Amino acid sequence: MAKVVGAYFTSHVPAIGGAIHRGDQQDPYWKPFFDGFDRVHEWLAALRPDIAVVFNNDHGLNFFLDCLPTFAVGAAAEYHNADEGWGLPVYKPFAGYPDLSWHIIEQLVEDEFDPATCQKMLVDHALSIPFELAWPGVAQWPVRIVPIAINTVQHPLPSARRCLELGRSVHRALASWPGAERVVVIGTGGLSHQLDGARAGFMNPEFDRFCLDELARNPDALTRHSIHDIVRLSGTQGVEILNWIAARGALGPLAREVHRNYHIPISNTAAATLLLDPA
Amino acid sequence: MARHDPDPPIPGTSLFDGRAAARGYAINAMCYSFNQDASRRAFLADENAYCAKFGLTPAQRKAVADRDVPGMIAAGGNIYYLAKLAGIFGLNVQDIGALQTGKSVAEFKQYLRDQGKDLARG
Repeated sequence: MAKVVGAYFTSHVPAIGGAIHRGDQQDPYWKPFFDGFDRVHEWLAALRPDIAVVFNNDHGLNFFLDCLPTFAVGAAAEYHNADEGWGLPVYKPFAGYPDLSWHIIEQLVEDEFDPATCQKMLVDHALSIPFELAWPGVAQWPVRIVPIAINTVQHPLPSARRCLELGRSVHRALASWPGAERVVVIGTGGLSHQLDGARAGFMNPEFDRFCLDELARNPDALTRHSIHDIVRLSGTQGVEILNWIAARGALGPLAREVHRNYHIPISNTAAATLLLDPA
Repeated sequence: MARHDPDPPIPGTSLFDGRAAARGYAINAMCYSFNQDASRRAFLADENAYCAKFGLTPAQRKAVADRDVPGMIAAGGNIYYLAKLAGIFGLNVQDIGALQTGKSVAEFKQYLRDQGKDLARG
């Protein structure tokens, strides 16, 4: 069976990509955020994952409102980034792992989830930036990926409980996968932020701390909030915590916190990075 | 559409739900097209014609003409798609935040920084 070796979580603010592109990691504005990645690099070097299962959200690169899936699982041999329309560099492509994708899809449907399945899927900054942060400067990514997109654009969104269960179903799929690969699960986005409305700029360190504290020891605590509660507490785009919750489910039942970094602000966002080991 | 929503409103916040997505389909479709550079150039070359091609409503057309981000949101625009339009105008999310909150960009950036000043590192 595949072994889930850890979970990596990080914010994916587009401006981070700009900072990487310019080499601004040591700039005073960016340094407190980028300094949180030294430990990530050590951790990944020690874990040597072969595969990443990445829970993320599309921001209008692959999906439009004509057909917007609640959950979508990539089943492609490769995934490409593309022009997102605001001047970001186009990021490197990713190798997929279709056999594992279909194995995960089969488990999800067995567990009564109804995902869209995507043999073509563009991936946006929500996937590329966490990789640029984790493996800076590599010529090609050292892992193959299975991307899983969660709708955080158009309400109704799936509940936190549903996303945790989705992740747990993915964990069951990984546990029954006959290969011997080492898997890192990744949750991207957040934490608290709001881009739109008269409350734009809202952040909530207290709620973010609650999420960071509970994610390892008691992820079910995060499912007591409705989506409306999460928007109220975390901002309209703070709902990206759903990606983190799903990834936590995919890590397995017990987890131990290895590392966290939290910094305000990165762009309009309370930025966080977290590493969990299975316990 | 008849589902009663018992949740109290969140000040300064509107959820992009099915009603907004239906109301905003045209402006969001136009913004989605801006993933292509050729579309961005076509918009800049002839804004009227480009907006007409996507069938923007009068309220959407006016909001775009006025560079009025709150107006675009009120007309059903979603911030992720609108950001692509804002990019054409050279506006980032701090500029958009300032426009929506009645702050100057410097004040908005200070507001963001102020929220981090009491953080204990850890």
